[in-house]
Amino acid sequence: MITRISGMILSAALISGLSVAVAAAQQPVTPPSAAPAPQPAKVPTDSIIARGEYLARAGDCIACHTAPEGQTFAGSRAMKTPFGTIFTSNITPDPTTGIGKWTADQFYTMMHTGRSIDGSLLYPAMPFASYTKVTRDDSDAIFAFLMSVPAVKQANRPHDLRFPYNNRSLIIGWRTLYFNEGEYKPDATKSAEWNRGAYLVEGLGHCGMCHTAINALGGSSESQAFEGGLIPMQNWYAPSLTSNKEAGLGDWSIKDITELLRDGISHRGAVYGPMADVVYNSLQYLSDDDVRAMAIYLKGLAQGSSPDRPSPPLPTAETSLLVSLGKPIYDKQCASCHGTEGAGMPPHYPLLAGNQSIQMSSAVNAIRMVLNGGFPPGTKGNPTPYGMPPFAHVLSDDEIAAVVTYIRTSWGNRGAPVSARQANELRSATLN
Amino acid sequence: MILIVCLLGDGPVLAAEMPPDTMAARMQACASCHGAMGEGTKDDYFPRLAGKPAGYLYNQLIAFREGRRRYPPMNFLLEFQNDAYLHKMAEYFAEQRPPLPAPAIPTVSNDLLARGEQLATKGDPQRNIPACAGCHGPSFTGMEPAIPGLLGLRPSYISAQLGAWRYGTRTAALPDCMQLVAGYLTEDDVKALAAWLSSRKAPPDTSPLPRGSLPMPLACGSEPN
Ligand code: HEC
Ligand code: HEC
Ligand code: HEC
Ligand code: HEC
Ligand code: HEC
Repeated sequence: MITRISGMILSAALISGLSVAVAAAQQPVTPPSAAPAPQPAKVPTDSIIARGEYLARAGDCIACHTAPEGQTFAGSRAMKTPFGTIFTSNITPDPTTGIGKWTADQFYTMMHTGRSIDGSLLYPAMPFASYTKVTRDDSDAIFAFLMSVPAVKQANRPHDLRFPYNNRSLIIGWRTLYFNEGEYKPDATKSAEWNRGAYLVEGLGHCGMCHTAINALGGSSESQAFEGGLIPMQNWYAPSLTSNKEAGLGDWSIKDITELLRDGISHRGAVYGPMADVVYNSLQYLSDDDVRAMAIYLKGLAQGSSPDRPSPPLPTAETSLLVSLGKPIYDKQCASCHGTEGAGMPPHYPLLAGNQSIQMSSAVNAIRMVLNGGFPPGTKGNPTPYGMPPFAHVLSDDEIAAVVTYIRTSWGNRGAPVSARQANELRSATLN
Repeated sequence: MILIVCLLGDGPVLAAEMPPDTMAARMQACASCHGAMGEGTKDDYFPRLAGKPAGYLYNQLIAFREGRRRYPPMNFLLEFQNDAYLHKMAEYFAEQRPPLPAPAIPTVSNDLLARGEQLATKGDPQRNIPACAGCHGPSFTGMEPAIPGLLGLRPSYISAQLGAWRYGTRTAALPDCMQLVAGYLTEDDVKALAAWLSSRKAPPDTSPLPRGSLPMPLACGSEPN
């Protein structure tokens, strides 16, 4: 997951950072001036710690801050980027190598402003741009929980970033363009449930870190929040959550959305790739109430956009050739699970007819699904998922293009055809 | 007529809308590489899984999930599966008993083949090489809970695994006895062992030996005794 997010965030940080680097160079990096007023020290109760643990799950801190088979929260997980490797920090209470000497004030300031305790700017690979929305109370609970986990003495590994990306002051450029500091402000015109959902999705859930279009400057802008985009380096497309042509959930039932987020499978589709990571490490642990609140907010996000489909592709000679080539492959390799008419056997074998996730203008995910196969995440609600075999070693580029074109254009689906070149390019996509 | 339609509509037709609730159905994602029962495929490099001790298979699945053992298509498939499910997968393949493939016809010289046999059954004490049979069993069917049989594997797979230990890209729990053993082997030893082991005929009983039935020449972290 780390590797998946980081490419995008770093390019966001650095490409746009460079564009305002001149301004940055003149601006000295100052420690945060408006630190919140110190609060009287509270002795955290067990219930606060338990709440903090739950909120840390909602923020998915563990996935980034724990190395494979490493000690929990001890950091040093590598995040590979086009500019080099970033290593996450030790956030256990060890006083010398972790955050054991921090106060709740300092922790809140870091979450809220994206500045470390010495005032230096953090790379946005740490999703402070979302965590800034977290309330002081919730921040304190997370801090109390982190202070209660076993301390691990393990020095942070220095980042291995190439010049000039190793210069933290470049981050100011990204911040100027894309960072809006400030806690979540409830919308009084909406229900409490909707507000809870918005708080989780925009804040701790940091969904916008992936589901946001990357504009020309390489960053995400407020107006395009949740519009989706390709995650660089990882070659997965994070679909728009606002458009019903992509992953907008406007015409999904609350029950289907809830199941998708919590269990990883639903009657409308299953999660895969980086989204399987989010469900596996974070969403499956959330309470039914919170998942429902997120579902209500997400459904509302896409309500405004019309559910119309892109116009049908013009049937060129090449397309019809692909489709006629694709059908026998589909019937032989795919129909046993997804059904000859694309009805699938939901929720275990997703339906393909009418499935938004394969008709998006980006065909990247459908092609990768066929190349690499996959299992939905093993969650509490679906502990022993059914899997899809990879076809990279079974089908040629032409056959992959043909079968993906077939599923994107059959049974009323309105996706565009894909070429063998696209299929070939994705063969080399990093797998994890 | 109408009655028949109704009966069909309510009965088995609808039930068929769900995949069978079996491990075999769930493991179809593995079949094109490992065979439906883990018997292996024609591909030279995709290993047989069937009948290996469940503890061994489980250790491998964990190692793939955590990226300690690398084969990207497998690392990817297992990334978000929990321990309990990996256990079930291991048990499923451990229980399968499809027949072993026909032994490979050796393509090396008789001398090299004899050296393979010597190393596998007797070792080479002067060079510290223990007999492979000392842990993998006199008929190379492995030992519960975590030492795999060495039958039904192709030479390219066996040499690749021994190579992976020598170069440190495959590791097991410490003390990693296979790393020690592989470290003593030369390229020729590996070739000899791969050729001889892959040419073995199946013994009547291919089940792994019970736990603790061999006095192992070295301690292995993955095989508690
Ligand atoms: C997407 C990956 C990711 C997630 C999720 C994440 N972090 Fe981080 N975190 C990082 C990275 C990368 C750094 C190092 C940033 C740097 O060096 O600029 C970091 C740094 C930190 C630091 C040290 C900051 C400092 O000043 O040295 C703390 C504390 C921290 N994270 C806490 C958290 C908490 C609490 C959560 C969950 C609510 C969390 N992180 C979730 C990636 C992540
Ligand atoms: C690490 C990047 C990443 C993060 C963080 C992330 N997503 Fe996703 N999401 C993806 C990708 C990639 C896909 C496309 C794959 C898929 O459909 O499962 C996706 C798909 C989805 C879908 C569509 C699933 C379908 O079957 O149509 C929904 C809904 C969704 N995400 C919601 C969320 C929510 C809510 C959050 C925050 C709690 C979130 N995502 C966080 C990357 C991410
Ligand atoms: C053994 C059953 C099986 C076979 C055969 C199979 N699939 Fe799948 N397919 C699945 C499962 C299970 C998923 C969900 C995987 C996940 O979430 O990671 C899936 C997911 C997909 C998806 C993503 C849909 C979504 O909503 O998430 C596409 C596209 C797809 N399959 C296409 C194909 C094509 C094309 C073929 C034939 C070349 C094929 N499948 C063969 C079981 C199968
Ligand atoms: C694309 C082909 C492919 C698929 C699909 C695949 N595997 Fe593998 N598997 C391999 C290869 C190749 C190896 C040997 C890797 C190596 O060590 O170089 C392997 C090794 C293994 C091993 C270790 C075997 C041993 O004797 O050490 C186990 C266990 C295993 N796979 C289980 C599974 C399971 C379970 C699935 C399905 C969830 C699966 N594999 C899917 C190709 C595949
Ligand atoms: C001291 C006990 C011991 C000895 C001696 C030993 N092995 Fe092993 N071997 C093991 C263990 C334990 C494993 C499983 C390691 C793991 O969990 O990955 C293993 C695994 C293997 C594997 C991997 C099988 C697969 O399916 O991937 C091969 C190949 C192998 N050994 C070959 C040999 C050869 C050849 C010799 C003799 C030169 C030998 N071993 C001697 C204990 C031993």
